[in-house]
Amino acid sequence: MIGLVVLSVLAATVIGFVGGDGAGYRTEERMLRVNAADPVELDTTLYVPGTATPSNPAPAVLLSHGFGGTKASVAAAAEELAEHGYVVLTWTARGFGRSGGRIHLNSPEHEVADAADLLDWVASRPEVLSDGRGDPRVGVVGASYGGALALLLAGYDDRVDALVPQMTWHDLAAVFLPEATGAGPANGVFKRAWAGVFFGAVTGIGAEQGRLGGVSADPECGRFAAEICRAYQEVAATGRASEQVITLLRQRSPVSVVDRITAPTLVVQGTADTLFPLSEADAIVQGLARAGTPVAVTWASGGHDGGEGADTDTERIRRLSLRWLDRYLWGVDDQAEEALAAFTYSRVTGFDLNEGELTTATFQASAYPGLDGEGTPHRVTVEGEPVQIASPPGGTPAALSSLPGAGPEVTSGLVVDIPGQYARYLSAPLETALDVTGAPTVDIRVASPTGEAVLFVKLYDVGPDGRSTLPNGQVAPVRLTGLPSEITEAEPVTVTLPALAYRFEAGHRLGVVIATSDQAYAGPDDPRLYTVALGAGDAAEVTLPQVPATVVAGSERVLWAVLVGLVVALAGLVGVASGVARIRRRRVSRVGFPDYREVPLVVRGLRKVYTDGFVAVDDLTFTVQPGRVVGLLGPNGAGKTTTLRMLLGLIRPTAGEILVFGHPLTPGAPVLSRIGALVEGPGFLPHLSGLDNLRLYWQATGRPISQARLDEVLHIAGLGEAVHRKVRTYSHGMRQRLAIAQAMLGMPQLLILDEPTDGLDPPQIAQMRQVLRRYATDGRAVLVSSHLLAEVEQTCTDVVVMHRGTLVAAGPVAEIVGDSRTVLFGVSDVEAAERVLRELPGVRPVARDAGGLIVDIDGASRGEVVAALVTSGIAVERVVPRQRLEDAFLALVADGEERRP
Amino acid sequence: MIAPSDRSNSATDQRAAGMAPRFGDDAAPGYRAEATLSIGLEIRRQLSRRRTKLMLGLMVVLPVVLYLAFQFGPADEGENADEALRGLVDLATSSAANFAVFTLLMSASFLLVLVVALFCGDTVASEASWGSLRYLLAIPVPRGRLLTVKLTVGLLYSAVALVLLTGTALVVGVLAFGWEPLRAPVGGESPPGEGLVRVIAAAGYIAVALLPVASVAFFLSVSTDAPLGAVGGAILFQIVSAILEAITALGSLRSLLPTYYTDAWFGLLSDPIRIEDMLRGGISALVYSTIFLMLAWWRFPRKDVVS
Repeated sequence: MIGLVVLSVLAATVIGFVGGDGAGYRTEERMLRVNAADPVELDTTLYVPGTATPSNPAPAVLLSHGFGGTKASVAAAAEELAEHGYVVLTWTARGFGRSGGRIHLNSPEHEVADAADLLDWVASRPEVLSDGRGDPRVGVVGASYGGALALLLAGYDDRVDALVPQMTWHDLAAVFLPEATGAGPANGVFKRAWAGVFFGAVTGIGAEQGRLGGVSADPECGRFAAEICRAYQEVAATGRASEQVITLLRQRSPVSVVDRITAPTLVVQGTADTLFPLSEADAIVQGLARAGTPVAVTWASGGHDGGEGADTDTERIRRLSLRWLDRYLWGVDDQAEEALAAFTYSRVTGFDLNEGELTTATFQASAYPGLDGEGTPHRVTVEGEPVQIASPPGGTPAALSSLPGAGPEVTSGLVVDIPGQYARYLSAPLETALDVTGAPTVDIRVASPTGEAVLFVKLYDVGPDGRSTLPNGQVAPVRLTGLPSEITEAEPVTVTLPALAYRFEAGHRLGVVIATSDQAYAGPDDPRLYTVALGAGDAAEVTLPQVPATVVAGSERVLWAVLVGLVVALAGLVGVASGVARIRRRRVSRVGFPDYREVPLVVRGLRKVYTDGFVAVDDLTFTVQPGRVVGLLGPNGAGKTTTLRMLLGLIRPTAGEILVFGHPLTPGAPVLSRIGALVEGPGFLPHLSGLDNLRLYWQATGRPISQARLDEVLHIAGLGEAVHRKVRTYSHGMRQRLAIAQAMLGMPQLLILDEPTDGLDPPQIAQMRQVLRRYATDGRAVLVSSHLLAEVEQTCTDVVVMHRGTLVAAGPVAEIVGDSRTVLFGVSDVEAAERVLRELPGVRPVARDAGGLIVDIDGASRGEVVAALVTSGIAVERVVPRQRLEDAFLALVADGEERRP
Repeated sequence: MIAPSDRSNSATDQRAAGMAPRFGDDAAPGYRAEATLSIGLEIRRQLSRRRTKLMLGLMVVLPVVLYLAFQFGPADEGENADEALRGLVDLATSSAANFAVFTLLMSASFLLVLVVALFCGDTVASEASWGSLRYLLAIPVPRGRLLTVKLTVGLLYSAVALVLLTGTALVVGVLAFGWEPLRAPVGGESPPGEGLVRVIAAAGYIAVALLPVASVAFFLSVSTDAPLGAVGGAILFQIVSAILEAITALGSLRSLLPTYYTDAWFGLLSDPIRIEDMLRGGISALVYSTIFLMLAWWRFPRKDVVS
């Protein structure tokens, strides 16, 4: 029939060409005119992958959208298929979006015939692989409305080579008028909420689009075809369906053609779907199996209630669908276990705190056993006495089990039964967890004064704390007739409960609830009083089908491998790095200059430039010989501290060399262990006592405590009982003494002290001088830095004078002092004296001092200078030769100044 | 006194001339680089600090406080709280394992982050601020060794904190709520013994997931003299990552964020256990930690210690 339809293609009003811009495919948008019998223009997009060419054609996929959607709703899926190498055609079905016509609910003469014409058009495309003249290699994929279309098209047109219908129906009559004792749609209970949502939503959209697109639409029927509109109105008004309506619905359902489908089919159904429950998929599969068509089944956690479901599931369905198409369109066989399994399903096992989503585990079985499961089902007895329950007048208030499309997350908290309108029968707590895969059944008995009853049977999961869960909001509606008025005379009937993939945990109970009303369904309006009871006296067995299945492994194995590989690699890296470091350290420690093995410190050409460009030390050279106390002298900012930092390996010299006992000093060099230091003030753990600080410090050296000479050092520190107090409470001077004591721990051969007398009182300073002089014996040496010149003069044997980072002079104190040529003149008028002296040849005022003038009298004699002053009328009160380091220092510094350009 | 012209006589020149300038031991007797600043010593040094004791004490007190809070009244069900989360709160008093899971849930996102940032971020920076760092380096404790010991002890205390928290929660839970099965709000329950194993595994995963914070804190610790800066910086790092994670528009890019998999231990409440995200989280944590620790190990030995 379809083949006879003449294709009036390419009355294309728009030919769009969108460059794929490196996306690997291009798109062509067209309005295609199809269906000669009832012509309509369809809004289409063709995705052509770059790999598909006339010389290298590819299979095609027809991708149809769901109810209320357009081709745009499947664009993402189309792009993915195109990236995968398929030529993909998407279109907006008639009655939706920019396409013309009205909605006929997948009628064979309309939507199905349209799609057959699209097949013809696809066959005409040179990029599409051909199985014969006018017969493209093609798969049809669609969800819900699109899924039914895929099945119907394959039923009417045997050119279809593979099918992936998702979350769709087998028989619309059974969907909208279900009945759980097998009475059929004529006696079904109208699924009012879902039907209303669909009809209302689309009439609304239709009216809106009618105004925009100029398609005549009326507020009553929207873009629905008249016969569909009438059928809905009839059912919605009466709650019952006539034979005509049932026939009409069945014409639009795969039930009418499923026996004829030969295209291999992957049936995907959602477990969270009160619209198209698992029983619909089951019926499709049974039909296909009767025809001997290859079929695989998978259940996912989404559905019309659950949306896309868990991320893990959407990803899985995508993967399985691609594999199915690859197998039957390309002939590529994926040997993955999961791809070969005839039945896979997922069960919600937890939730992802990150995304706030439910998570699933996937199970697989080698055969699809149907909703009765495989082998012996679990049997659990529920108990309870007969109960009288009322069916409310007007059908309200009614129990709530699900809200169409709202999702189980929303509705699970709202599920409610109305007191007086339900009976609940509980089992004993389960001893072990029960995994249910399939449709449970239970026998009930009902008595009704009218002989008829509409009831809703539900299976709850009742936790130990009494909390009830209605898995996926599923309800089994029953309409019973010919009932007795006394419960004792009632015969048991078997109710098939909605199918599940669910685990009842150990310790939980099963709860069978029989209710008189449900907001999702249309019940009777007249008030009634039923008596309900379980099938066998005060008990009944709930049969719970099971399917032996194994868990499908995800990417755990790969991830484990990556993780373990990473750990091993890192361990290796750490091992190699520490080995290299050890070897390097050992090598450094052996290198040295034997000639200097007895010399505590040699500094050569030392230079330090900080990162900001400041030259702190430049070309510094000096030596500290054993037995000497060397003073490092210079004003603040001379570079003393920077030098000491380098001597301790705290900072790296920019250039130059430091040898300690002949060993080059680098940061962390072992030879540092022969140096004791106080640099930049004390550094202690403030919460510990002085003694504990010294102990812990010595322990950190790793050397035996016997070498520490703790008692001697404590004696030098002279802290007395204060040594047991926390350092936090110490005065500045106490900390200073403790720091000196710490530097002397173990009597290091080179002692470096930075401003050691800072904070000490005069007696302590005097004591410190003696200590230092005594220290520099037995080959030991001391390097003391100070800006207090008198201090250095009295303490040191040698002096190194620095100024602005450079060496000014170095040598024994006596030598440096001997160079001094300055004299202090106590004069009455300092300014006048300075003027006079500037006139004298060979005389140079160096600095003013308290009430006098310090003068460098290089060439002149003191007498000449006094004479000159007195002649000028300046009284000279005293003349003091300045044989002191301070003057020498000032002179040297002044020389340094002059030498600078 | 050596004149500046002596400078040509440098170590490198001697090596170049093949004089093999090797001679005796250079260190003070008894000194071995490997023996300096032993881990045991560093443990004692840190334990002597009040903040260490306070933090560890808090780990013991917190579960008790949570227990008392439950005694005062049932959990208030937040209107907008995530269903599953609410379920966990409701289940918190159903067993020892549930109580431990709840305690971990309450502390993993901030308290434990703070504790780890403190133990690993304060360790080097506080020495720098006291001035004791330069004396350790002058001993000399080799810089690489100093880092190794400091990080090891920082991580050790972090682990002890986590163990104390989990352990106390379990003990309080057993006493208050009994040795009952671990119940998940979605996905079912496991018997007490298995539940215990799962709680321990959860704590283990949380420990791994906190490694990036520890590493960032440690890297900052060797980069600054301000202990608070290092600790705060690490927490800031965590917060910024969490904010970016909340921007769903970033899509799958978010999975590259260091905090993305922090909650993956919830997979342990599923049956069968959902381990994929935990593995991803482990890989992510290792990669981030390696990056920041390498930075620390690269930076500190080259650093001028001028505190």
